[in-house]
Amino acid sequence: MTTRPLDPGATSRRVIRDLWRLRWVALALGLVGGFVYWPIFDNFRVSLTHQDIFTGETTSAGFENYQRLAEDPVILTALGNNLLYAVVSVLFQVFGAFLLAAIIEGLGQARQRAILRAVYFIPSAISTTVTGLLFYFIYQPGLGLLDGVLQGLGLGAWSRVWLGDPATAIHAIIAMSQWQGFGYSALLFSVAIQKIPAELYDAARMDGAGPLRQIWSITLPMTREMTGMMIIITVTGAFQVFNEIMVMTGGGPNNATQVLGTWLYEQGFTQNDMGYAAAIGSLIFAVTMVCGLAQLALNARRRVG
Amino acid sequence: MSLATALARAFLWAFLLALAALVLYPLIWMALNGFRDNAAIFDAPFGLPDRWSWTYYRQAWEATRGFLASSLLVTAVSTVTTVTISAWTAYGLTRTPMPGQPLWVAFILGGMMLSPSVALVPLVRLLQGLGIYDTQGALILLYTAFRVPFTTFLIRAYMLDLPRDLDEAATMDGASPGTIFWRIILPLCSPILISCVLLHILFAWNEYLFAMIFTNSPGVQTLPVGLSSMLSKQGTNYASLFAAMTISALPIVILFFLTQRYFIRGLTEGIGK
Repeated sequence: MTTRPLDPGATSRRVIRDLWRLRWVALALGLVGGFVYWPIFDNFRVSLTHQDIFTGETTSAGFENYQRLAEDPVILTALGNNLLYAVVSVLFQVFGAFLLAAIIEGLGQARQRAILRAVYFIPSAISTTVTGLLFYFIYQPGLGLLDGVLQGLGLGAWSRVWLGDPATAIHAIIAMSQWQGFGYSALLFSVAIQKIPAELYDAARMDGAGPLRQIWSITLPMTREMTGMMIIITVTGAFQVFNEIMVMTGGGPNNATQVLGTWLYEQGFTQNDMGYAAAIGSLIFAVTMVCGLAQLALNARRRVG
Repeated sequence: MSLATALARAFLWAFLLALAALVLYPLIWMALNGFRDNAAIFDAPFGLPDRWSWTYYRQAWEATRGFLASSLLVTAVSTVTTVTISAWTAYGLTRTPMPGQPLWVAFILGGMMLSPSVALVPLVRLLQGLGIYDTQGALILLYTAFRVPFTTFLIRAYMLDLPRDLDEAATMDGASPGTIFWRIILPLCSPILISCVLLHILFAWNEYLFAMIFTNSPGVQTLPVGLSSMLSKQGTNYASLFAAMTISALPIVILFFLTQRYFIRGLTEGIGK
């Protein structure tokens, strides 16, 4: 409090030096701050208003949009569909992919394994627009592959308008998504499994453990971290799903395949109700935040443990 | 090998091969349907083309050329900006003195957790305010901003593992931080930079959400948006739609096969070591 070097020149020189040192991050901070963070804050502001994007009219709405959110039956459908997406994807793209990777890594030669992994990965490299359109046709009665297969199996009676029937549409889309995504997670699990020291398996074999026992007692615990990360990433992805639904059904029939993302789009960009769309955005934000915090917690535990 | 083990192995192999067929068959069907007219597709969904006509692929090429050019432009430019800015940022964060450094790390990497769909509503006005709504510039800007956090995260992790003696020796010789970045650190990072370039290409080539909402003009729209609009425009010309889908998917699949090693490195680094 008493002695402070009264040299304004030195202070401003230090400030200038510090600012100059920030030149490395300035551009990234500006971009991420302006286009990733700021919209989130602005979204909350918009969610408290009624506005029309074309006339530019904005009126304060208080929490009306959130109240509507709580009463909107389609929000329940959407949340249910997102949740179903999450559960099925965790089953197929985490546990299924883990088992698949364990099988691949336990069979054949390195070359065969590499080819299988690459083949399974191909759909993940293709855009969801292409795969969505492709399955849109596969599910078409008459020209699609699915009906062809069913008829071939003598199950022609099962045939239906898969994407046009509210009872089957969301399942058909989720099935496409598993087809597209399982190879990606299987590849990641394969890499994790390759890092497990071979001695562990040798010792287990010496003790007379069979392949299933080895997967259960060595592979699974040794890839636990990867499994945890994959569950969180898969669940986060399931709550952000948009493309395949937009391409295959646009949320229909009769809103049966709406998810949070497509309902936000429908409200904001088709019904032109930006305030309500922003409120849906807040809900998506809340859900992904919970997933993000879970990921951080898992990372922190990993660093300590 | 006992009989039971041999049977189990045979069963597992059959399963793996069946799965491979399940993955490949729809894609092959897509590519082959680009050769068959509607009548042939409806008559025999499983059939092979009886004659190999390139008519529909040529039609599709004409219809998608503009979207393809737009996709190439947006992908190329945003890849360069994203990877350069991320490498620059990662270097600053790992190897230069900087006030508030942990805060900036948390801020930039934290951007990975934020979902693009939450930003949609505000971004409309932001882009209109900047006068770049419905331009390729808007997509380049957004793809860069939304991918800098993840790309910085990958490059930063790599730079943290590089030995410090190199830059210390160079500093001793009087090299400026800028010189050290461009001449020493950047070349050393080339493996992770290649992975980052590939992952960004994969992202930008396939991105649909922003491209669909923030572009309207056919000359600006990228392939994924162009494809979905083709469904409504030429909905009945299935063959050329299938051909267009194949044209859109092929470059990225070929790229993946040529560069698998780097792809996989990027993917596995991204999920944590």
